Amino acid sequence: MHEMALAEGIRGIIEDQARAHGFTTVRILRLEIGRFAGVEKRALEFCFDVVMRGSPAEGAALEMIDLPGRAMCYDCMETVEINDRLDPCPLCGGGRLVPVAGDEMRIKDMEVV
Amino acid sequence: MCTVCGCGDAPKFGTRANDHSHSHDHDHPHSHDHGHSHDHLHFGTGAAGVSVAGMTQARLIEVETDILAKNDAHALGNRRVLRALGAYAVNLVSSPGSGKTTLLCKTIEALGDTPLAVIEGDQQTENDANRIRATGAPAIQINTGKGCHLDGHMVGHAMDHLALKPGSFLFIENVGNLVCPAAFDLGEDAKVAILSVTEGEDKPLKYPDMFTAAKLAILNKTDLAPYCDADLDAYEANLKRVNPLIQILRVSSRTGEGMDGWLRWLKAQHAAKMLAKAG
Repeated sequence: MHEMALAEGIRGIIEDQARAHGFTTVRILRLEIGRFAGVEKRALEFCFDVVMRGSPAEGAALEMIDLPGRAMCYDCMETVEINDRLDPCPLCGGGRLVPVAGDEMRIKDMEVV
Repeated sequence: MCTVCGCGDAPKFGTRANDHSHSHDHDHPHSHDHGHSHDHLHFGTGAAGVSVAGMTQARLIEVETDILAKNDAHALGNRRVLRALGAYAVNLVSSPGSGKTTLLCKTIEALGDTPLAVIEGDQQTENDANRIRATGAPAIQINTGKGCHLDGHMVGHAMDHLALKPGSFLFIENVGNLVCPAAFDLGEDAKVAILSVTEGEDKPLKYPDMFTAAKLAILNKTDLAPYCDADLDAYEANLKRVNPLIQILRVSSRTGEGMDGWLRWLKAQHAAKMLAKAG
């Protein structure tokens, strides 16, 4: 997917934060990634290591927290949690679901020095 | 204008975490070594306001910022410009070879005197912009190099160069790719997914994100359907399976079949935007 572009976005945010908060090194960076965000985690880890070279986050540990996928079922009109984008509704078995959460790609926090 | 490449006068794209007004340009002369003793422990009183086991209080920074926040800020800027102009922008997304450029050329011809402009995205070549310019419409080509999608920043620059007229349509032909462009807001009013009947009925199931993000799907090249055993109803069922709200039009831009429905859709969307703006 576009993990390289995501890593570049992460670097930009870290550099802004480093200026704002006066730190030089990020030890741990924690991301929240929704199940439907389409992020390939291993690819992002690889891109992260490459893109962070020369930045405050060079060598930082990358932790990714999964956020659940939620969808509105247009058959029973309930909001349900599903693991896979094309799973049927766990309540009524319907197949007409529209995601309402799970596309998050966020930097949650970071441990800095 | 732009904080990414540094061109023009930069508006500030702040994130929630660094929008606060107090300054951090001091170099922390105050000590943090806490020589005093306490018989109770207090947590969560540091700058971060939370406590995490194993982490030094003052060193945890809550960021809570979307990774694509900068892109989204550019997209918002584009959306404001479009709204001020009363322009309607369509982000055309599809796999390579679905017929986006041909559809656009036919659309431009059919729209006649309606003001419009085109932004073309491809990794290489200016072929598509040249095809558009041959119709007489203004077009700008963005080459993304190795990039797999257009982003809000690129489109903002392209819009600066196009000098859009009030009440225009802006057609943005994204890089042919059914994956990455789904995640990048360009400031458009709607994503329109083009799916040609030669691609396979299960394409929406294989690449659900793009068809979930799209407001309209154009089932294109319907004139070829009899030659490749395409089941148009199965295409539609699979589109509705991943996005129950998606609108679908069957079009052959080559023969012109279904083009009237597409043009009606465009004009109705534009009119609805103007109405909402006026109201």
